Amino acid sequence: MADLSTEFAGIKSPNPFWLASAPPTDKQYNVERAFEAGWGGVVWKTLGEDPAAVNVSSRYSATYDGFGNVAGFNNIELITDRTLEVNLREIEAVKKSWPDRALVVSLMVPCEEESWKKIVKQVEQTGADGLELNFGCPHGMPERGMGAAVGQVPEYVEMVTRWCKQYSTLPVIVKLTPNITDIRFSARAAHRGNADAVSLINTINSITGIDLDNMVARPIVDGKSTHGGYCGPAVKPIALNMVSEIARDPETKGLPISGIGGISNWRDAAEFISLGAGCVQVCTAAMIYGFRIVSEMKDGLSRWMDSKGYETLTDFQGLAIANTTDWKYLNMNYKVVASIDDEKCIGCGRCYIGCEDTSHQAIKAIAQTDGSNKFEVIEAECVGCNLCQITCPVENCITMVKQDSDKPYMNWTQDPRNPYRDAG
Amino acid sequence: MTTSNIAVPTAETPSMDTHSPSLDTHLSPSSLDTLFSDLQPPLTDRQAAIESARCLYCYDAPCIKACPTGINIPSFIASLHAGNVEGAARTILESNIMGGSCARVCPTEILCEQSCVRNKEAECAPVLIGRLQRYATDHASFTGHPFKRAEASGKTIAVIGAGPAGLSCAHRLAMLGHEVEVFEAEDKAGGLNEYGIARYKLTDNYAQQEVDFILGIGGITVHSGKALGRDIQLDTLVTEFDAVFLAIGLQATRQLQLDQEHHSAVMDAVDYIKTLRQASDLSELVVPQSAVVIGAGNTAIDIACQLKRLGAEEVTLVYRRGEQDMGATHHEQQIAKQHQVRIRTWSRPETIHVDENGHLTGMTFRRTELQQNHLVDTHLSEQIACEAIFKAVGQTLSLPEADDVELPVIQNGKIHVDEHFKTSMDKVFAGGDCTGIGQDLTVEAVQQGKLAALAIHQSLCQKTA
Repeated sequence: MADLSTEFAGIKSPNPFWLASAPPTDKQYNVERAFEAGWGGVVWKTLGEDPAAVNVSSRYSATYDGFGNVAGFNNIELITDRTLEVNLREIEAVKKSWPDRALVVSLMVPCEEESWKKIVKQVEQTGADGLELNFGCPHGMPERGMGAAVGQVPEYVEMVTRWCKQYSTLPVIVKLTPNITDIRFSARAAHRGNADAVSLINTINSITGIDLDNMVARPIVDGKSTHGGYCGPAVKPIALNMVSEIARDPETKGLPISGIGGISNWRDAAEFISLGAGCVQVCTAAMIYGFRIVSEMKDGLSRWMDSKGYETLTDFQGLAIANTTDWKYLNMNYKVVASIDDEKCIGCGRCYIGCEDTSHQAIKAIAQTDGSNKFEVIEAECVGCNLCQITCPVENCITMVKQDSDKPYMNWTQDPRNPYRDAG
Repeated sequence: MTTSNIAVPTAETPSMDTHSPSLDTHLSPSSLDTLFSDLQPPLTDRQAAIESARCLYCYDAPCIKACPTGINIPSFIASLHAGNVEGAARTILESNIMGGSCARVCPTEILCEQSCVRNKEAECAPVLIGRLQRYATDHASFTGHPFKRAEASGKTIAVIGAGPAGLSCAHRLAMLGHEVEVFEAEDKAGGLNEYGIARYKLTDNYAQQEVDFILGIGGITVHSGKALGRDIQLDTLVTEFDAVFLAIGLQATRQLQLDQEHHSAVMDAVDYIKTLRQASDLSELVVPQSAVVIGAGNTAIDIACQLKRLGAEEVTLVYRRGEQDMGATHHEQQIAKQHQVRIRTWSRPETIHVDENGHLTGMTFRRTELQQNHLVDTHLSEQIACEAIFKAVGQTLSLPEADDVELPVIQNGKIHVDEHFKTSMDKVFAGGDCTGIGQDLTVEAVQQGKLAALAIHQSLCQKTA
């Protein structure tokens, strides 16, 4: 079986599956249960200065798919609501019992040098493996000048990172907020501040839905609500993009990335790693299914690696980065056309109506004598947009077939149709 | 038990001692009622939510084409999935005002659900359209009637028969602004739904609830206990009303043409089912220990299964051809098998046996086979012992004949209508089982009633113009 062990920013763990800083890592009891279940590491739920934060009730809400499964998750919880001292003692105890697992501690204190200096020293004494700076928490803490309020200002990110690196010998991971316009700016700032790694994404400002009977957003706190932090499968595409942006940015290329955002199974993890992540952090999936899911994640990842001949994670880490580029470098001479497998087609007509109403009128519906319809692609009209394939409920019924082209690779910067071609 | 006891299966007959000893002879009325609870329980909210998610919202959906009333099935399921139960129900009812009972009695396995593309998809299972339809119609809570009447037309139409075709026609005519007078021979409106459907398919007095709902639109007056030819005459109706719609169904039953057929223990299945459906206390019904049911349609299955539920020990359904030729759908045949009804095919009724005391003892069947596509007798025969025989060999039209009264032209034993449901008589239309269109399904009767109403409306408008 493939070797899943990792060394991320100098922190070793037996597998790349860490639990993200969140409710599941708030105390010794949970973390030990997680380690027993096989998680490679945890990022302890964010510590702050005493007095400890106070949380409200209720705290979570969700969006669901058509079958009632959680698609997206949202919370308005703050950092740990237990005292710093209790947390530090528990961290120390856990690390002693589980020396082979990664134990990173998430931190958030006011933007003052003394505060950071003090807390990083305290954490270092617990024997923890690393620090994660929480510059992402989108609710509650920003109003107090912390969390996303810091993460949204690259200068602050750089400054606090620098302090932590100055006062601590531990690896420093900077957790980035996605609530910005361009993730590269905060990643570059972390890099300038000598961060050992970045982790992303933290949760996204969100309202999952409204209780239309009472006219209040969810989750509801005595008839009122506030925006929460969005996570779960729904945010994965956003997270993958941000990871790739950092991975292929010349300024941050090679900076270790811990991937976070909607990772629910081994395939999600493999995708983050293929875009350069050195380890992944999971939260929502564990909250919905419990810690036991890590066994399927580990097994699936190593079996897939075996099937591909990858012996270690580094064998495929970042392999998809080179194939992620800017739009202008895509091949203008490449063309695919939809093809419908009549044998597999069940006749639902979704491909037809989607294309007819909203795309390129490239599918014909041909009435059959038995009252059913046969659907046929009009190749000359098909732009290869994938819409029909996406709407088709039958696996492999519609495929996008590459068209032979005698034209060589030509991107938009070279395309004579580009009026600004010369400007490059 | 004496045969005379079996002969009059009325609710009034005290006959606790006639129950099969195999089933608890001391079944209380309430536990018997439990045996006649829903054959298929209604979907829960959660089940409906999950099931509705399975609909692919097909373009030009095959299920719509397979529904005789053309309900926009993908639309109602999409509404249901979005939590718009009233919208879903209205979509159903605007095509089929009896969408509630059809959801329960339709052979969906040969209609909408058979054509569902999910059958062809890897799941190999259709969306449970019938049960979703029931969910929508059961849970919709309209304020008032969901349909408004058009401005009064000043026209009055007589509808003969308050079964599915008659009620559907009456409702649509009322919607179009006409006044409708419905004449029904029985005490209650509802027709087949009230008197002829297996009790476990339409429970909790649903048939009457639905009648009340339909009449809720207003403009419809029901005269019960008025039979055509006895209390009302077609020629008078034609002069008194602007149009007449015949929805009289099939009242007569086919006979076996055998000796002893008039024995009191040889009964028409439809009569027994009617008694069963109307019984307020099932424990008072007379139930034979062993019975033979002759026929292969849904009525045969219905009577056989209900006899089993009532406590009959041995019920044998006998059919002269093979299973594939049976009128009952495969699904219905499965229900019979689940009820442990013995199905005997390739057997033609030959002799009814009555002993010297006048008791029915059994029946002899001639084994049959196909020879060059012709059903022929073989030299084999077999005797099946039974206490009662139930005939379910089909129903036929019975138009009351009277001197001097013009009747519509009959073709192949049914009222002949043109494509506009018009009979050979001026101002007289017909629809439902009494005509030769379709397979005599409730849902088809509803559709014919609706289309006939539109045709009547059209003809009245033309005459006015």
